[in-house]
Amino acid sequence: MFDRDLWREIFQSINMNRTRTLLSGFTVAFAILLFAVLFGIANGLGNTFADAFVDDASNSIFVMSGRTTKAHKGMQAGRRIQFKNEDYDYLKNEFGDKVQYITARIYKSVNASFRNEKNTYDVRACHPDHQYLENTLMAEGRFINQSDLDNKTKVIVIGRLVEEDLFLKTTALGKYVNLNGIQYKVVGVFEDEGGDNEERKIYMPVTTAQQVYGSNDYIDQINLTYNPNMNHDQALAFGRTITNKLKNRFSVASNDQRAIRIRNMAEANKGVETMTSGLGILILVIGFGTLIAGIVGISNIMIFIVKERTKEIGIRKALGASPKSIVSLILVESVLITTIAGYMGLLAGTGILSWVGPSLETYFIKDPSVSTSLVIGATITLIIAGTIAGYLPAKKASRIKPIVALRDD
Amino acid sequence: MLKIKKLHKSYPIGDSSLHVLKGIDLSVESGEMVAIMGSSGSGKSTLLNIIGMLDEADEGEYILDNVPIKNLTEKKAAIYRNKFLGFIFQSFNLINYKNALDNVALPLYYQGLKRKERIEKGLFHLEKVGLRDWATHLPNELSGGQKQRVAIARALAANPKLLLADEPTGALDTKTSYEIMEFIQSLNDEGKTILMVTHEEDIANMCKRIVRLKDGVIMEDSFVEQVRAEQYV
Repeated sequence: MFDRDLWREIFQSINMNRTRTLLSGFTVAFAILLFAVLFGIANGLGNTFADAFVDDASNSIFVMSGRTTKAHKGMQAGRRIQFKNEDYDYLKNEFGDKVQYITARIYKSVNASFRNEKNTYDVRACHPDHQYLENTLMAEGRFINQSDLDNKTKVIVIGRLVEEDLFLKTTALGKYVNLNGIQYKVVGVFEDEGGDNEERKIYMPVTTAQQVYGSNDYIDQINLTYNPNMNHDQALAFGRTITNKLKNRFSVASNDQRAIRIRNMAEANKGVETMTSGLGILILVIGFGTLIAGIVGISNIMIFIVKERTKEIGIRKALGASPKSIVSLILVESVLITTIAGYMGLLAGTGILSWVGPSLETYFIKDPSVSTSLVIGATITLIIAGTIAGYLPAKKASRIKPIVALRDD
Repeated sequence: MLKIKKLHKSYPIGDSSLHVLKGIDLSVESGEMVAIMGSSGSGKSTLLNIIGMLDEADEGEYILDNVPIKNLTEKKAAIYRNKFLGFIFQSFNLINYKNALDNVALPLYYQGLKRKERIEKGLFHLEKVGLRDWATHLPNELSGGQKQRVAIARALAANPKLLLADEPTGALDTKTSYEIMEFIQSLNDEGKTILMVTHEEDIANMCKRIVRLKDGVIMEDSFVEQVRAEQYV
């Protein structure tokens, strides 16, 4: 079937019918190009979406306190609930390995200065685990560690933009920054993908903040991450357990919504999962849509080609061509064109993606790309579909009575 | 060489059917040159197409070179056409994207010959019709007479037992027609059996036998004194 003479026949036919070849090739190339570009853009949207949720660990639970709204156990409403170090220890010890990371937080606003540069920043006093909870990336130096906590050392870790503001072009690591009149040593500079605001924060050990700013053991908030092995329902139940235990501990009415509040990312994650799967379906629809359009295009071309070649087929049959040789002549030519054109469409599509990809980030399309194996798979699908689509007209053509084909129109 | 008995053929037209051939009996010996004549609609082209295995009869017997032609599969018909028959058409039917040589060599390709042999034989037959110098030209670069000669060379290439010509001079002017007929006569002189459909008396008289069809039956079947074409050229 694939002897050299057949190839010679096919190349002659391709070479002498350039318009037909170009048109059918263009359709296939364009289908694959569209497939690659649309799929890439959908992937880019997915990437942006995934990125939007990387700021904080996705299994976080934030525990916050407020004032009571209901009288309970002989205490009046309006009582302020204040977390202390012992509450942090309680959560850490009570739930064992259900808790992955845990940190306290104290918020302070400070005036920071280095030499002539001054600015106001938010300070977050925290435990070492905070780094993992916030997905803080160390650009230089280190994060707060246990020894800082134990010794209440006056060290800080500053955001990339804090370094830019105060130190201009120089490096901050090892220098001393003045926060509200007290000198702190910069032991680390961090980056955060959560945006500029996150990179204008200053971290210090929670014990240092307690000693310097109040001589107490108050904390404002407790953040923790639950064991990632928990499924969605377990995570929600875990959140409710924490709320209930803390309400008990602070003698708060079980139906008081304000005194103890928690924000469980598991609830938001449900929405994220729905969105992601929705996007996945969208991607599939786009992929199938373009592929089907391509298949329909190829089928039409095949029908057109067979129609155009009817007379030639009649001549060949009158000269003794077997039906099989007619089918292979038409099919091999179309498969050859589809393969080459598909490959060119693949190159063009991935080329366009990598060329315009970077400039699309403003349109919420980040790093649009398709895996080569996917596009090759699509091309092969198109070739197979084209073969099947072409086989029927080719088979029909091979059955044409030569007399019908040769009739002068 | 060729034997036909009680051949019937009808074509469906809407709900009714048109009875084109109503029992044809014909036998042709090797080396004959037969003209099939008749007005349009007499069934002459249908008869030729059935003889050429381009169409199938509804009823009757057809024996070609002692092989009964009946219930042919497509594959078998292809082999027989390739082995037994050479076609010459009114509108030449050359493949327009193939040059003269490739057109002539095409039946040889379907015979499974090697390319070298095909070129050799193709050039030999082009030489025979006097167009060797035109081997690399495409059909649209040739005149009508040249095209028909390429078509004749193609019909000869596979060395068929029977040459079938459907109005071979129908698209040509008188002078070119006689040149083509002169060539066909010379083929017959060499022993080729030739069957042609025509409606021109002068062309028919250049054959050795004339079969006249009317309304699907043979009205007259007579041997004639052959008029040689070279005297007009």
